[in-house]
Amino acid sequence: MELYSEPLNVDKITSKWYKESSNLNYGAFITFIGTIREEDGIEALSFDIYEPILKKWFETWQEKAEERGAIVKMAHSIGDVPINKSSYISAVISPKRRVALELIDEFVEDFKANAPIWKYDVIDGKRVYAKDRSTPMRGAGILAKESN
Amino acid sequence: MIKVEFLGPIELDSVDMDIKSLKELSAYMKSSDELKDWAINSAVAVNDVIVTDINYELKDGDRVSILPPVCGG
Repeated sequence: MELYSEPLNVDKITSKWYKESSNLNYGAFITFIGTIREEDGIEALSFDIYEPILKKWFETWQEKAEERGAIVKMAHSIGDVPINKSSYISAVISPKRRVALELIDEFVEDFKANAPIWKYDVIDGKRVYAKDRSTPMRGAGILAKESN
Repeated sequence: MIKVEFLGPIELDSVDMDIKSLKELSAYMKSSDELKDWAINSAVAVNDVIVTDINYELKDGDRVSILPPVCGG
């Protein structure tokens, strides 16, 4: 897992991962590259990350991937990332395509739902929490339940 | 003492609280105008492990994190 306090250098990161895995005799390498889109007049998106829990989340995925003979990779930006730049890259590397195709879907979707990262729109230099696009994490709301 | 920290968009400093359980933290958040809405949609971690049981008992020195809805990527 790699965190950068700047937009991601897609060429550098993906080619590094590719080279690292090139002697494994694995047949499939799939990347997902997330790029900031121009939308609703934003200048950039900005991200806060809680690293201790993100690290644990990623380690759980490393174990899940290993059980299926695959490797997962992830990079994310902290702070502001302007439009048309990348803030998130993940990859799955596996001996055969089927496992990689399935894992990249599960890995990216679970990332969106459970990685402790908060997104803000940057408009006129101000950060506005992207509340409507955010997802409550697993176990959310337990502090609001009626206890007995 | 329990340290409670509010992550991401909850713009509040962490607080030290003399509480013994998540139920007590729940009562505190529900009675706070700034925190009651966050109680509804936030997850809770104790010492960086997500907890899903409101009956969880806290030990002296535990660190509780309040994690609002997320959106990475």
